[in-house]
Amino acid sequence: MMSHCASDTQTAAALSAAIAEHSPMVALAGQPNVGKSTLFNILTGLNQHVGNWPGKTIERKEGVYAFGGATCRLADLPGTYSLTANSMEEVIAREFIIREQPDVVVVVVDAAALERSLYLVAELIALPTRMIVALNMMDVAEQEGYHIEPDALQAALGVPVVPLVATKNVGVRELLQAIHQVARDEIPYAPKPPQIRDDHRAVLNQITTRIAEWTPAPYPRAWVALKLLEGDQEITRMMQAALPADQWEVIYAILRAHDDALMAVAGGRYEWIGRMIRAAVTRPRAGQIGLTERLDRWAAHPLWGIALLAGILGLIFWLTFAIGTPLQNWLNASVIAVLAQAASAGLAGAPAWLSSLVVNGLIGGVGSVLAFLPIMVIFFATMGALEDIGYMARAAYVMDSFMHLMGLHGKSFLPLFLGFGCNVPAVMGARVIESRRARLLTILVTPLIPCTARMAVVAFLAPAFFGGAATLVSWGLVVLSLATLVGVGVVTNRVVFQGQRSAFIMEMPLYHRPNWRTIGVLVWQRIMAFFKKAGTIILAFTLGVWALSTLPTGQLDSSWLADLGRLIEPVGRLMGFDWRLTVALLSSFPAKENSIATLGVLFGAGKEGGLANVLAATIPPSTALAFLAVQLLFIPCMATVATIRQETGSWRWTLFNMAMQLVVSLTAGVVVYHLARLIGG
Amino acid sequence: MQTESAVLPDTLASEACPLSTLSAGERGTLVALTGGRGALGKMASLGFTPGVEIAVVQNVGRGPLIVALRGIRVAMGRLEARQVQVRRCV
Repeated sequence: MMSHCASDTQTAAALSAAIAEHSPMVALAGQPNVGKSTLFNILTGLNQHVGNWPGKTIERKEGVYAFGGATCRLADLPGTYSLTANSMEEVIAREFIIREQPDVVVVVVDAAALERSLYLVAELIALPTRMIVALNMMDVAEQEGYHIEPDALQAALGVPVVPLVATKNVGVRELLQAIHQVARDEIPYAPKPPQIRDDHRAVLNQITTRIAEWTPAPYPRAWVALKLLEGDQEITRMMQAALPADQWEVIYAILRAHDDALMAVAGGRYEWIGRMIRAAVTRPRAGQIGLTERLDRWAAHPLWGIALLAGILGLIFWLTFAIGTPLQNWLNASVIAVLAQAASAGLAGAPAWLSSLVVNGLIGGVGSVLAFLPIMVIFFATMGALEDIGYMARAAYVMDSFMHLMGLHGKSFLPLFLGFGCNVPAVMGARVIESRRARLLTILVTPLIPCTARMAVVAFLAPAFFGGAATLVSWGLVVLSLATLVGVGVVTNRVVFQGQRSAFIMEMPLYHRPNWRTIGVLVWQRIMAFFKKAGTIILAFTLGVWALSTLPTGQLDSSWLADLGRLIEPVGRLMGFDWRLTVALLSSFPAKENSIATLGVLFGAGKEGGLANVLAATIPPSTALAFLAVQLLFIPCMATVATIRQETGSWRWTLFNMAMQLVVSLTAGVVVYHLARLIGG
Repeated sequence: MQTESAVLPDTLASEACPLSTLSAGERGTLVALTGGRGALGKMASLGFTPGVEIAVVQNVGRGPLIVALRGIRVAMGRLEARQVQVRRCV
């Protein structure tokens, strides 16, 4: 599967390079929740390349599609509500349109939320780039009781409008036809952009004239003047640098006198939208109570909403472990073990170190990652489905009050939710949070969420140590993790960020049926990202740990790893650990589930069933409980650390996170150990 | 404030109050917004502009609110809702 994907992206990259010179560039713009990703996936299939925008941690998706004998490049711009510099996404989207000057911009619009969706159209239509409005979700609009005339909207806007039901592939051909025609200048194009309200027209003209000769190319003059009036920080900075100081003083004084202009400009756009809607919507929404409203009475209820969320989370866990764990065990036993046997048989004549490297290092390390595939697929598919039907905004909403404890708001709950699956995509998921401070704090606490790999260790060890009380112990450990997360969040927010807070305002999209194609592509991309990152890092570290545990004598007892374990054993002693438990803990750094494998090697148990018995016989319960607690809270795995570095762009914060979790986990371990001994371990 | 009263010449002389004080089911007409640049821009793009009618869908305790405006539903923190001044519709 991996090679297939690699060849796919290579073809796409090669193809893009080959046709870059003369093939048309189409940009896909739209607000969040309008079905833009669905349309992008339909047009490009898996023929797409996912990367980051230069220097930014925002996903950049590009692809190619063929129509009418020509190949087009398609750039998926970040979802944005407007084109004012409120967020990185908005800056990226407008910089792309203004600087790269795509041949056509397709603006995807939600027909069921036309008024809000047209706001981005009102902004884009003022730019010189040609645009097409893709009127998506026509079916939902009909269900909600709207009736929209695409032709009337087209006449009112002066730009092509194509009705669409992207989830059912309806209207896609017509859209491609329209793109083709607009790119070749085959249909009339006479946009009717909104005008600023009368009370601000004079001042806008005044600014436009004053900045005329100073506006850097390729920025349109009138647009820059409008953004100055709106108080756009990026454009203000740009023009302050471009204008001579005395000229800027004059403009700055004008802007100061009109600092209420943002509302006049936005209000003007909504008046324009009102006219478009009166022209195009022949039957306004009836007053009926929609599905969304009925569902939200439960899903967004302050009490039932949280109960529902807990139920959903429990169900995902149950699905993951009830289906995923047996599959994982089967993969371990039937695929990886067989592979290891075949390799050791095949390498029988080779030097012992080579056989050990391939069997223990390569297959053991990479195999453990591969065996995680079923768990990852189940988790990401259920999360993707929740995201696609529109539930995630409700989860964020009901968790808002709770997240306030840490100076965060509801949106920060979404990456934490993802963290129960794997911390790597969770840290990346913090990208949905607008403010840098809140994003940073979310990233710092995310690794305290017990991921499936850590839960797998608990699921294996808890029954060995605690028999019938294993479930209770496991729940207790999860609660301990979450309580620690809140504690760390509260303290970090108070001490490091001095309790600053960011605004919480978020659209609650209409619920709709899940689109399996969108979910499938999402799962595919998340898993490939996981494999690329974790695969390379885990491979490198497994080989490193293998070398440490083998060198210099070939015996584990006298290896450098054992020396290291004995060196730091005094720390482990505080929690009742001997050097073997200390090493098992350290070995969780490359990958959390390594702990079990390391214990297996160090306690000399051949089979996992055997290991459980050996451990139960040699380790007292107080030590076992402390070990599990430290295991859950310890320094994040290597892949997560690398992702934190990438997402924060800072070694300082990455090291802060590692040091913080080291201190927190050891403290928790010592407290748990001594409490357990007091109570009777 | 002059601009806003020009937008709403026929509004009754009732006092403006924060959106957060409206109960579920009540409606208000937006009079003024306060807040940081970023938050204002975000709210303006979501349709919070003077004269718009906002219906409160949910408003419980000290938690966030759900409001409906311009055909969409928006979740907003209590702090943000306090910064939206509305005139209660009768």
